[in-house]
Amino acid sequence: MNFDWLAGEVDDIGNFFAWHVALSVIPVLVALVLAVPIGWLVKQSGFLRPALLGTVGLLYTIPSLALFVLLPLVLGTQILDPLNVVVALTVYTLALLVRTVCDGLEAVSSDVLQAANAMGYRRIARFFRVELPLAVPVIGAGLRVAVVSNVSIVSIAALIGTPQLGSLFTEGLELHFLTPIFTGIILCVALAVLLDSLVLIITRQLTGWQPRT
Amino acid sequence: MIVFKNVTKRYDNGTIAVDDLSLEAPKGRITIFVGPSGCGKTTSLRMINRLIAPTSGSILLDGQPTEAMNLAQLRRKIGYVIQHAGLFPHLNVVQNIATTARLKGIAKKQALLIASELLERVGLDLSFGNRYPWQLSGGQQQRVGVARALASDPEFMLMDEPFSAVDPVVRHQLQEEFLRLQRDIGKTIIMVTHDIDEALKLGDQVAVLRTGGVLAQVASPKELLSNPADSFVADFVGRDRGYRYLSFVDAASSLAVMIEPVVALGTEAAAARIVAKDQWILVVNAAAQPLGWVDLDRQSGPLRESDLNLSGTLASQDHSLRQVLDAALSAPSGRGVIVDAGRVLAGSVRLSDVVAAIQSAKAAGWGGRP
Ligand SMILES: Nc1ncnc2c1ncn2[C@@H]1O[C@H](COP(=O)(O)OP(=O)(O)OP(=O)(O)O)[C@@H](O)[C@H]1O
Ligand SMILES: [Mg+2]
Repeated sequence: MNFDWLAGEVDDIGNFFAWHVALSVIPVLVALVLAVPIGWLVKQSGFLRPALLGTVGLLYTIPSLALFVLLPLVLGTQILDPLNVVVALTVYTLALLVRTVCDGLEAVSSDVLQAANAMGYRRIARFFRVELPLAVPVIGAGLRVAVVSNVSIVSIAALIGTPQLGSLFTEGLELHFLTPIFTGIILCVALAVLLDSLVLIITRQLTGWQPRT
Repeated sequence: MIVFKNVTKRYDNGTIAVDDLSLEAPKGRITIFVGPSGCGKTTSLRMINRLIAPTSGSILLDGQPTEAMNLAQLRRKIGYVIQHAGLFPHLNVVQNIATTARLKGIAKKQALLIASELLERVGLDLSFGNRYPWQLSGGQQQRVGVARALASDPEFMLMDEPFSAVDPVVRHQLQEEFLRLQRDIGKTIIMVTHDIDEALKLGDQVAVLRTGGVLAQVASPKELLSNPADSFVADFVGRDRGYRYLSFVDAASSLAVMIEPVVALGTEAAAARIVAKDQWILVVNAAAQPLGWVDLDRQSGPLRESDLNLSGTLASQDHSLRQVLDAALSAPSGRGVIVDAGRVLAGSVRLSDVVAAIQSAKAAGWGGRP
């Protein structure tokens, strides 16, 4: 490790880190907001459900680099626009979370739903006060997978020039210099652990009602 | 009042679960649906709050047909206790109970207050209030389920096997609590069970359904026991219905209660023999509450707690002849122990006197409880 180089680049590295956080987190938040109603619709869709989930799952198989390159054509954005990365990651996260939300809602016991119906909950109240809170453990587990995989996928965006920690890898490769590469890896892992713990803590806060093993 | 008018339910697969059911569940009374598994009890119950839509016929609540009512409003009028309680896992006990009150538009604070009061009414300590459902036993969950149904003070209550998930001792306890509660609140209740003893014990009126969803008989428990409509009802009510009938005959009027000599723990066997009527002596505590019998033929030295024979049951004077008979049959001395409301000894009855009381009550046409 060349610490003199590190000291000189600290501003850039800080900048890369901030971008990396934004590019990993924003798509998760957007996807979550979208996945809740979509997951609910998929759950309601009866016999269409396997087909819908299959289609959503297919999105995940599109290579990320291809998506980064194709999106400007679809969205009419510049190739270097970070919006491309945000949209691409939102698509991936959505693919993951729709299934998660759907599974979470399905895990709610039918006794509980029936009790809610019998008590006279209307549909929307039942969803927000009963079904969604009970789906939180499953959704939380899905979110943890989503944030961690986003942190790693974001670095690929360095190949199309979006600034973030992945830029340290390309830089290291060009300069034949290991310090930026190590720095990038350490910061990526640290960020992944941090975000994962954050999701875990929030999930725990919301699921105090669950037995802790 | 809940009225079934020619109600039929045919499921999509062709199963006829309920067949042309007509029935009235009177206001402020407990009506029990009883019958073998699959005879349509749950289906009948769920048609009342329209969790299931009847295929034909109509159901009226206080004269209003349910199909004309707003679904959510209809359901908020009716407390529903499902089997296995169906509590909300993410809410603690008090919050669970408060949900129905909240749905009725009662403010949060007030709803939680009502919930805490109900917790005590169903026999749970206030300390249970902030537990989550998984921290409760099956019987405790069922009590919370009952409390939740009551929290909105509904006019009607539907209960589907509410005391099924518990052992006989707790079940008996829950039934007693439930009857006590109903004496205060006087709701119009329909309860489902497949336990005929429970039906006869709790019901003001019992509807026996047979497989295929046909109503076999609807009558008071007494009428059902003494006058079953057909052999199906007779079989269902059970072989020992003659004995069960004694549950409905008061003991008080006809019974000769004798004075029973007693001693305290620690009395020497020799001293006890002097007061005893025969080889058996009854031991009581300082408050004159019976503790058990001691066999003096096998006893020497002071009477200790470990010498007590605890097999005898207690009966109270205002209890039924069934309980008095049981007390006499179960006592090792053959003398049933009679206590007052405070469990203080009132005397004893000989088995032969109980039998005589049964005979005279029968001869007099079973004068007793309605
Ligand atoms: N959704 C359904 N679709 C088709 N048939 C059904 C459905 N629900 C119940 N049944 C049938 O209707 C009949 C009555 O069912 P129901 O649940 O009312 O019985 P029950 O008297 O409550 O029985 P148990 O004592 O076992 O709870 C049964 O034969 C059952 O198989
Ligand atoms: Mg049933």
